[in-house]
Amino acid sequence: MEEETHTDAKIRAENGTGSSPRGPGRSLRHFACEQNLLSRPDGSASFLQGDTSVLAGVYGPAEVKVSKEIFNKATLEVILRPKIGLPGVAEKSRERLIRNTCEAVVLGTLHPRTSITVVPQVVSDAGSLLACCLNAACMALVDAGVPMRALFCGVACALDSDGTLVLDPTSKQEKEARAVLTFALDSVERKLLMSSTKGLYSDTELQQYLAAAQAASRHVFRFYRESLQRRYSKS
Amino acid sequence: MKETPLSNCERRFLLRAIEEKKRLDGRQTYDYRNIRISFGTDYGCCIVELGKTRVLGQVSCELVSPKLNRATEGILFFNLELSQMAAPAFEPGRQSDLLVKLNRLMERCLRNSKCIDTESLCVVAGEKVWQIRVDLHLLNHDGNIIDAASIAAIVALCHFRRPDVSVQGDEVTLYTPEERDPVPLSIHHMPICVSFAFFQQGTYLLVDPNEREERVMDGLLVIAMNKHREICTIQSSGGIMLLKDQVLRCSKIAGVKVAEITELILKALENDQKVRKEGGKFGFAESIANQRITAFKMEKAPIDTSDVEEKAEEIIAEAEPPSEVVSTPVLWTPGTAQIGEGVENSWGDLEDSEKEDDEGGGDQAIILDGIKMDTGVEVSDIGSQDAPIILSDSEEEEMIILEPDKNPKKIRTQTTSAKQEKAPSKKPVKRRKKKRAAN
Repeated sequence: MEEETHTDAKIRAENGTGSSPRGPGRSLRHFACEQNLLSRPDGSASFLQGDTSVLAGVYGPAEVKVSKEIFNKATLEVILRPKIGLPGVAEKSRERLIRNTCEAVVLGTLHPRTSITVVPQVVSDAGSLLACCLNAACMALVDAGVPMRALFCGVACALDSDGTLVLDPTSKQEKEARAVLTFALDSVERKLLMSSTKGLYSDTELQQYLAAAQAASRHVFRFYRESLQRRYSKS
Repeated sequence: MKETPLSNCERRFLLRAIEEKKRLDGRQTYDYRNIRISFGTDYGCCIVELGKTRVLGQVSCELVSPKLNRATEGILFFNLELSQMAAPAFEPGRQSDLLVKLNRLMERCLRNSKCIDTESLCVVAGEKVWQIRVDLHLLNHDGNIIDAASIAAIVALCHFRRPDVSVQGDEVTLYTPEERDPVPLSIHHMPICVSFAFFQQGTYLLVDPNEREERVMDGLLVIAMNKHREICTIQSSGGIMLLKDQVLRCSKIAGVKVAEITELILKALENDQKVRKEGGKFGFAESIANQRITAFKMEKAPIDTSDVEEKAEEIIAEAEPPSEVVSTPVLWTPGTAQIGEGVENSWGDLEDSEKEDDEGGGDQAIILDGIKMDTGVEVSDIGSQDAPIILSDSEEEEMIILEPDKNPKKIRTQTTSAKQEKAPSKKPVKRRKKKRAAN
């Protein structure tokens, strides 16, 4: 991968790309978030985790097609298009996962017979893509002012061949891992909203990773809070 | 969503302002908006902002067999997509006219002008050539998509590096980026599109129209030119009739603009190249302006996971042990198998109620959502029942299920488009695949 060669060839500063050594693997990469960067969508946010970057746009609550109308709540749609090539089954499955997570937190009953459309666009993929999409979607929903009962965040972890847990894995770590798990946690009690896993692990390990993800989500929610505090500090 | 219609007073206001040589954002007639180019960590990835219009470009390559009539040339493929976030009116299936027009213009501008040397993309004549694929995504639509897209395409192509290949006799070696530095594409020239919007039947002209101006324009003239003042493509749409000297004047203006834009592109590419060589930080994270109040960064943070194992053990000790997994498949007939039990059929006992006349608007079969939860613990929800319950996706189909020792049962299921919500449950409910009798 191109970015890997650069990190090997040069000495990286502390906040460099994701493949720089991160100690025993229990640390999240450098985060960055920018909100309200697009003029047309009602809400937009760009979320960066190391080198993985996702830009999400939200329209809503807005007009909905009669065929998709739900009489007592808002229709939530997620449209994910891959950066290269035509959308396939993997995109559909990710759309479903993100939609289920959003539906669990968005107060759709306040806006019946409307549609809320979340459009995440992958800008660059360097590992933990689903978690980054979830984070970008959450920040975009906040920017759009869609009523939610809680915020949510995505945390990805990978389990490498000797059993050590790596949080927020890079694509190289994901490829070599025995199992990759992505969890969506809510902000109120850090309960599990969605989990998507790939690979082999035991149920004890699952509980451990879930607990580790909950610890990591504390950090992500602190990031959300600080970034929103900064945003509204001058209003 | 339907596009918000432009009100008549807004339209009149815009046209009057243009007549008085005024533009809403304060630009002059021939002024371009600010162009900002940023690169990602991958080679061939860039975002171009023309004012508020934003386009993401990504170039990728693949080894394929060449076209039969061009055995020694590589293949170039362009794809411009209007993302649903760019404008509320862009829905899948609703944007075909504009999309086709833009894609065709991009192809003519970049492929027919032969700006990329396709002969250099050949690896083994007649067998393996490089296919270069340029994907452009429009992220925000504030007018003049074609200019932004053409800039993004040419910048991404100039930025892209393909893996190095060496051919020794019959052997072809493809080097990974770790083994040998990737090689840039061979680009002859950089064609860039410049758009001119015409108003009042060609009386007034504006360069780089924004979205409002595009809505009220009469026609559009697009000239693709490179810095050597060669016209690569010229297209006039909208049905306006232009005079010869108008077109010549536009081409002169385009020449000046293209020279400026090409200089900007070369500077941006050079800066990025310098930063990568010196080992500085590059990528989109760096292009987020730090001083903006809407942007926020946080350095990488260690997470304390020392108590994770204790917590996990507590949870497992407190939790009930998972119930017995019953995963014995039952084979009813060759081709019809069943694992576990499904949800009870909400139609009730049809054999009795079939005779009755209240068919209209019956219950809907509950559609099981394929919940993707591989937690490794399988729980069978429903207590065992005597008869198998089979749910079908097909609409209004009368199925006769043959069981070897029971009477044939008629089950008629009907699915409608409205989904019935199930209370979210943490236990995974398996969706059973009904295997039809193959013979």
